[in-house]
Amino acid sequence: MDFFHVLVVLLESTIRVSVPLIFAALAGLFTERAGIFDIGLEGKMLGAAFAAGAVAAVTQSVWMGLLAAILISIALSLVHGYASITQRGNQIVSGVAINFIVAGSTVILGEAWFRQGGRTPALGEGARFQTITFPYADSIREIPILGPIYSDLLSGHFILTYVAFAMVPISWWILYRTRFGLRLRAVGENPGAVDTAGISVIWMRYRAVICCGILCGFAGAYLSLAMTAGFVKGMTAGKGYIALAALIFAKWRPFNIMLACLLFGFLDALAIRLQGNPLPLIGQVPVQLMQALPYILTVILLAGFIGKAIPPKAGGVPYVKER
Amino acid sequence: MDNIAIELRGIDKSFGPVHANKNINLKVRKGTIHGIIGENGAGKSTLMSILYGFYQADSGEILVDGKPVAIRDPNAAIAAGIGMVHQHFMLVENFTVLENIMLGAEDSQILNKGIAKARVELKRLEREYALEVDPDAVIEELPVGLQQRVEILKALYRRADILILDEPTGVLTPAEADHLFRVLGQLKNQGKTVILITHKLREIMAITDEVSVMRRGEMVATRTTAETSVEELAELMVGRRVLLRVEKGEAKPGEVKLAVEGLTVKDGRGVTMVDNVSFNLKAGEIVGIAGVAGNGQSELLEAISGIRRAVSGSVLLNGKPIEVTGRADPSELRNRGLAHVPEDRHHVGLVLKFEECENAILGYHHDKRYLNGVFLNVDAIRKDAEKRIAEYDIRPPNPRLKTANFSGGNQQKIVLAREMERGPDVLIIGQPTRGVDVGAIEFIHRRIIEMRDQGMAVLLVSVELDEIRALSDRILVMFAGRVVGERGPDATEGELGLLMAGVEGRKEAAE
Repeated sequence: MDFFHVLVVLLESTIRVSVPLIFAALAGLFTERAGIFDIGLEGKMLGAAFAAGAVAAVTQSVWMGLLAAILISIALSLVHGYASITQRGNQIVSGVAINFIVAGSTVILGEAWFRQGGRTPALGEGARFQTITFPYADSIREIPILGPIYSDLLSGHFILTYVAFAMVPISWWILYRTRFGLRLRAVGENPGAVDTAGISVIWMRYRAVICCGILCGFAGAYLSLAMTAGFVKGMTAGKGYIALAALIFAKWRPFNIMLACLLFGFLDALAIRLQGNPLPLIGQVPVQLMQALPYILTVILLAGFIGKAIPPKAGGVPYVKER
Repeated sequence: MDNIAIELRGIDKSFGPVHANKNINLKVRKGTIHGIIGENGAGKSTLMSILYGFYQADSGEILVDGKPVAIRDPNAAIAAGIGMVHQHFMLVENFTVLENIMLGAEDSQILNKGIAKARVELKRLEREYALEVDPDAVIEELPVGLQQRVEILKALYRRADILILDEPTGVLTPAEADHLFRVLGQLKNQGKTVILITHKLREIMAITDEVSVMRRGEMVATRTTAETSVEELAELMVGRRVLLRVEKGEAKPGEVKLAVEGLTVKDGRGVTMVDNVSFNLKAGEIVGIAGVAGNGQSELLEAISGIRRAVSGSVLLNGKPIEVTGRADPSELRNRGLAHVPEDRHHVGLVLKFEECENAILGYHHDKRYLNGVFLNVDAIRKDAEKRIAEYDIRPPNPRLKTANFSGGNQQKIVLAREMERGPDVLIIGQPTRGVDVGAIEFIHRRIIEMRDQGMAVLLVSVELDEIRALSDRILVMFAGRVVGERGPDATEGELGLLMAGVEGRKEAAE
């Protein structure tokens, strides 16, 4: 029973840390499926987290915070879009630039506005997301197995957590069952086919980039309005890159993305859990090794076990009408 | 007047300093197959791109069914009933046939309803035009012939009455091309208008009703096909008389220069591309390798010339082995007398950003006569290049010009000059005239035969069957990585075509 209890706690924190990964990886799914590589997920998420923290602190409204996060994230996405779609620039350079600009400017602006060393003020109850407790969660907790699963694992999360998991089938449905999704996937594989079919490649790609902005906004807002009560500098801590790894690992498919994010989240939760606790037989494991696990796993699995991950064919290539 | 489907009046288009279309006038009668022929760069594709709304003409007018229309983008072209089958298929390779056909014409935001409708419509089209294809097949798993069929269906699905096909037979086997022509005939019978762009005179003669000839951006003539001849069209295209078939004497084969034995090559995915191929190449003969693109010819050339590692087999050059399964070094092979004109001159044969004279010594830059100690002897290089430019009639005659600025034919001459001038024992040539104009083809063919007559052993790979038949003293046909037959130079096209399609070869192998 003790083992079961540990497992539930572990899974519960797995869900908690997976949420921003799922949002960000789905965000990346929309742009990359449209043929735009997006290494700037990290920056957008960080920018959104800052906007959410700052606006929620000032307005004392969690919803205004969320809205600000989404708007800032879309704005950053459009910068990336302008550079890589309209100006046909290098998408990696543009993405990295966004990461750097955001990493620096959030600290500067935070310090200028709030004078708390780059943080935003700690948020009170109304200015951040509250956990949702399912009906009867307390009364059935004592039922063996099912009780803890219902009360601790399923109940007691933020609304954004449920939104994140709902976004997985929704993204799938949009990509595979709507006209928009068909065109979006086509534009990432062969923009020429889309252009000759009489559809604007540029407008399609901009719409994909906006979708990405919205989802990154949710990811950022989750970090500063739900997971913690306020913005801390550099709080994304590489989650954007892990999301990117999950995206590749999942071969650009929505449900695989969810599983990959949960796996990476689980490793993260395990790393936190194992800090200071020696493993049987192995002994003390360095924290750094645990933190590096998602990356190591991606490399190993991609190298041999899950086969080749084939990115969208037109990914990274600006569309130029051939002469 | 009302039987004209499309009329172009005074179409003019420039790209910077390049005047691609000069005051083009064209009338295409309804319900006919109208050919547009011209050399590469004559402006055919530009003209059709204007018609399909890819580019805007600088001036001029387009009339569809006698009414002037403004075609600003492909949407407008589709609305005007114009459909286009592009030279490089505009298909999403990992989509199904149905998804590709629907793309851009989905009917509603949610796909499900549209899919059902599209299925019904597709069935109807298939029946009407005998264009069967599995709607749920994924494009990349279909052979090119079927992919092209999907392109045609795409246009018909959008209710095109005028169908433009841009170099449609380049990727097809002779049998597939024949089938395509039957389909086009059927479309014509159903009242559709077909515009066929090609540089192959034979196709024009075989299928079109009328033909218009373009040369250097101008429409120089329109003829009724039945009243013209291949010779006349060739002359109109080039602007001077052309010898379509090179004269050549009897081959006098000497000793074996290149002996290939049991050569097997796999590609990066581990698929066997060349399967146990053996043949001999003698001094003073041209051996042609015929086959539809992608049947292992490229890999065979690459393995022999030391660019790609073979899995097994042996190759003897002048009686001495080449390490085809190990580290064969192309530059060492060059010193041993094997010259290679690669199939893809842009990626393998030339550095397009270099000056002509730099490309003219590429791979031979260690030669003493180009060196001044450790430095390049620029004067010697340029002088050498000038000599070569004169001999091979490379235009413009400027060794300092960036190679990208030469036309395809002249680029190919640069490569040929470089490789032939050393007097190698064995010359391996891939696609000698791909993207090369009729005028230059004549020159290149004559040059290859001259080399043979001087005792060089020539291995020729080409997807142009006419070229293989015109030049080769012996013809090997490759299908699915194997040599499925050997024929003499008098083999008929039909006979070779069956071998290329793998039909005859199986029988032969079984015997």
